[in-house]
Amino acid sequence: MSWITARRRHPAAGYAILVLGLLLIGTVYAAITEGSAGASAPPVANAKQIAYGRKLFVATCATCHGEYAQGQADTAPSLIGVGAAAVDFQVSTGRMPAAELGAENPRKTPRLNERQTHAVAAYIQSLGGGPPIPSAAEVSTTGANVGLGQRLFVAECAQCHNFVGAGGALTYGKYAPALTQATPTQIYEAMLTGPEAMPVFNNATITPAEKRDIIAYVTRVRSEANPGGFSLGRIGPVTEGLVAFLGLLLFCVLAAMWITAKQRKAHD
Amino acid sequence: MTMTGKALGGTGRWLDDRLHAAHGTRYLLRKIFPDHWSFLLGEIALYSFIILLLTGTFLTLWFQPSMTQIVYHGSYLPLRGVKMSEAYASTLKISFDVRGGLLMRQIHHWAADLFMAAIMAHMIRVFFTGAYRKPREMNWLIGIVLFTLGMFEGLFGYSLPDDLLSGAGLRITEGILQSFPIVGTYLAFFLFGGQFPGHVIIPRLYILHVLVIPGLILALITAHLFLMFHQKHTQMPGKGRTDTNVVGAPMYPYFMAKTGAFFLFVFAALALAGTFAQINPVWIYGPYNPVAMSAGSQPDFYMGMLEGALRVMPNWQTVIWGHTISWNVFLPALVPLGIIFTGAAFWPFIEQWVTGDRREHHVNDRPRNAPTRTAIGIAAITFYGVLWAEGANDILADHLDISLYSITWAARISMFVGPVIAYIVTKRICLGLQRKDQHLLEHGVETGIIRQLPSGEFIEETRPVDEEALAVLQSRPVHPELPPGESAESGVPAPGMRGALGKVRSRLYKVITESAPMEDGHGNGHGNGHAAIGDGHGNGHANGGQQPATVSAGDGSGDAAETEGSQPDPDADEPGH
Ligand code: HEC
Ligand code: HEC
Ligand code: HEM
Repeated sequence: MSWITARRRHPAAGYAILVLGLLLIGTVYAAITEGSAGASAPPVANAKQIAYGRKLFVATCATCHGEYAQGQADTAPSLIGVGAAAVDFQVSTGRMPAAELGAENPRKTPRLNERQTHAVAAYIQSLGGGPPIPSAAEVSTTGANVGLGQRLFVAECAQCHNFVGAGGALTYGKYAPALTQATPTQIYEAMLTGPEAMPVFNNATITPAEKRDIIAYVTRVRSEANPGGFSLGRIGPVTEGLVAFLGLLLFCVLAAMWITAKQRKAHD
Repeated sequence: MTMTGKALGGTGRWLDDRLHAAHGTRYLLRKIFPDHWSFLLGEIALYSFIILLLTGTFLTLWFQPSMTQIVYHGSYLPLRGVKMSEAYASTLKISFDVRGGLLMRQIHHWAADLFMAAIMAHMIRVFFTGAYRKPREMNWLIGIVLFTLGMFEGLFGYSLPDDLLSGAGLRITEGILQSFPIVGTYLAFFLFGGQFPGHVIIPRLYILHVLVIPGLILALITAHLFLMFHQKHTQMPGKGRTDTNVVGAPMYPYFMAKTGAFFLFVFAALALAGTFAQINPVWIYGPYNPVAMSAGSQPDFYMGMLEGALRVMPNWQTVIWGHTISWNVFLPALVPLGIIFTGAAFWPFIEQWVTGDRREHHVNDRPRNAPTRTAIGIAAITFYGVLWAEGANDILADHLDISLYSITWAARISMFVGPVIAYIVTKRICLGLQRKDQHLLEHGVETGIIRQLPSGEFIEETRPVDEEALAVLQSRPVHPELPPGESAESGVPAPGMRGALGKVRSRLYKVITESAPMEDGHGNGHGNGHAAIGDGHGNGHANGGQQPATVSAGDGSGDAAETEGSQPDPDADEPGH
């Protein structure tokens, strides 16, 4: 081992280790992705999963969140006690690992697959506390009350996300995203963990049953047909006003031009 | 005469003997149909209003103006079992259970939008062409009142379904009322019959919406049209058009055919929109909920400027003797719209006072020929437009990826700077266009043919502009001279030119009449236009015979509306028969 000791201060040592680490991850990744399709219920955490999660964490998250998820001042918060739900939400919506330290991490294609995500989540959960990933039954919308869901949504969420979940601007360059893509699990987790500027809606503020009503409303309103014709983006009177001017008024003006032009020609 | 002809004639005579309508009808039939598209903007508003009346009446058959809370059991599944007001439930019923109900609701709402959009466009046209000048000031004022009434009519209609957005609108209305110093709380209490939202506001708004305001609008539209018939349309400058005649095709059969066709166009536009474009889908918004406020809550576009004014205002409040005065609501609610409306109402009179121009005008100005007026108009539109955009600041921020804060600051600055820049730029452009016209008049139209002179020099051939264009180019207003002011040689200022006011007037006169310098060859194009002023019976038009129909203006008596043209109109008998 003395050659390692001798060379560990070599300028290239860091890179060598990085390459090794990446190779390792790549191999493990390839091995795992093969078998991961279709796994949906969060697996019960065991030591092996946690160890795997820790490995992934160190490789993809530690640069910002610190070696032991303890956080780093001015870079990223501590993840101790945030719970598996927070990790699952952040990673499965592609927000984490963050691309850069910007105003708000947008939703994007997730970097880790479901199995890896659950492993990292299990690791963070093992550090203590925090809400776990909800089960399929907890996010199921069968028997949920959509009407009540709408009432709750309008009262609790619409001021940021707009009345049909079309999203909206918040102060200081932040925005509440459109809720057109989030899965029922992610909606549940978003309420439980309150990412970024979003408040936490724990089970006392909104009971688990009410959360299912909200999920039912959010997922239904997306697929709801527009009985009145084209939806115009469902963002309210602004697009309607545009249509009134650029559609209706313009049409009538063109008609007026046509009608008067014919006459003018007749008299020339 | 054919059989039917006889029968018709007979019936006509029978009716006429009893109603003595022929006089009025003949007068109507000789009315001139304008031949420039911009004269039809007002017509769009008129037809939208007719459609509003019809569809609105349909809606009243099912709409329940009541705030009694009930549990919904209708056919819109997602809201079954939800508590809501009867007003909201009946709107759902109109939308989902009444045959054709959703279509009618949507046409009603689109027609409301088109009504307001057309009024705006119409006002803008009238302003920029100077069509509000004597003798049409009354109609200009009526138009402003109609616009205001339309805003309220729309706001109240929008509030009727008692959905989430309309409730937000009502809340803002309440806030504005409350912000009035001293009487505010009382006013709001009075309108809402108690604490917000109370139980009476929707029934009250309903009466205003379906009875009081439509009645007022109808009465004013009637007055507006009556005055318009009486004074005739203004006309765009052109050959043979003077301040004492009206040129165009006579009302019958043209107006009948064309107006009918145009009504159908407007109706078709609204029917298409009502069928294919969803508007105000109150079922997704949900019933009004006093604790809720949605992102992207916006009023209809015609209230957007008010919304923007509220959003642009910093949060200023003062407490005087324990009363909070909310400047942040009171000022934006009254000042910007106040400036626009009061300014618009006074403008014709200000212009008259400054220029001393008390003549009648029936030939419009081309916007470029009134650079200051045009510039003021564009400045006002800019001011309105900035606040309008600010009213949608959250939507803009969200969709253009700009921060809300930057948009608001941009609006705060540009609402003051924008109009100034717009004024300067517009004036430059107008003066430039005037110079271009002048050049055309002096040098003719460039033909693109290049000729070499014997000296070897190349010149482009030009030809003089044709008669019609000449008439247009020469239609520059001639402003009466200002009476002598304090600096007059005689030393005695004319009445109306004394003191500080007189100084202001002569200064404003310079600004308002500013135009690119004119060379000779101008005055005569005008001379005949103005020579006949005051000659209300309009024998001043030598060209009458060449025009399809020339009707003297400025004369109210029906007979004067006879055709002066001796030749029959070439296609007068074509469409109607
Ligand atoms: C580029 C730096 C960066 C990387 C890499 C990164 N994060 Fe983050 N993470 C942040 C920042 C900054 C925040 C705080 C901002 C926020 O909440 O969005 C954050 C927040 C979080 C949160 C929310 C904490 C809370 O209080 O709810 C979770 C969970 C999280 N990260 C998990 C992860 C995981 C798991 C990974 C690796 C897959 C990861 N992050 C990689 C920067 C990073
Ligand atoms: C104060 C404003 C606010 C409120 C209230 C709020 N949210 Fe959010 N919400 C946000 C913001 C900001 C984000 C983006 C977080 C991020 O990017 O990390 C977000 C993200 C979400 C997401 C993730 C969307 C995606 O596609 O990734 C869901 C789901 C969500 N919210 C649901 C809700 C629900 C349900 C409620 C009501 C119970 C609610 N929110 C209330 C501000 C809010
Ligand atoms: C200038 C005229 C008018 C304007 C600008 C106007 C505007 C509006 C608007 C914007 C709405 C909301 C529609 C919606 O739900 O999406 C509305 C609703 C309504 N209007 Fe009008 N309206 C006008 C005239 C009338 C007239 C003349 C009547 C009846 C005689 C009428 C009856 C109604 C009724 C009953 C409703 C509530 C029904 C519903 O919202 O579905 N309106 N109006």
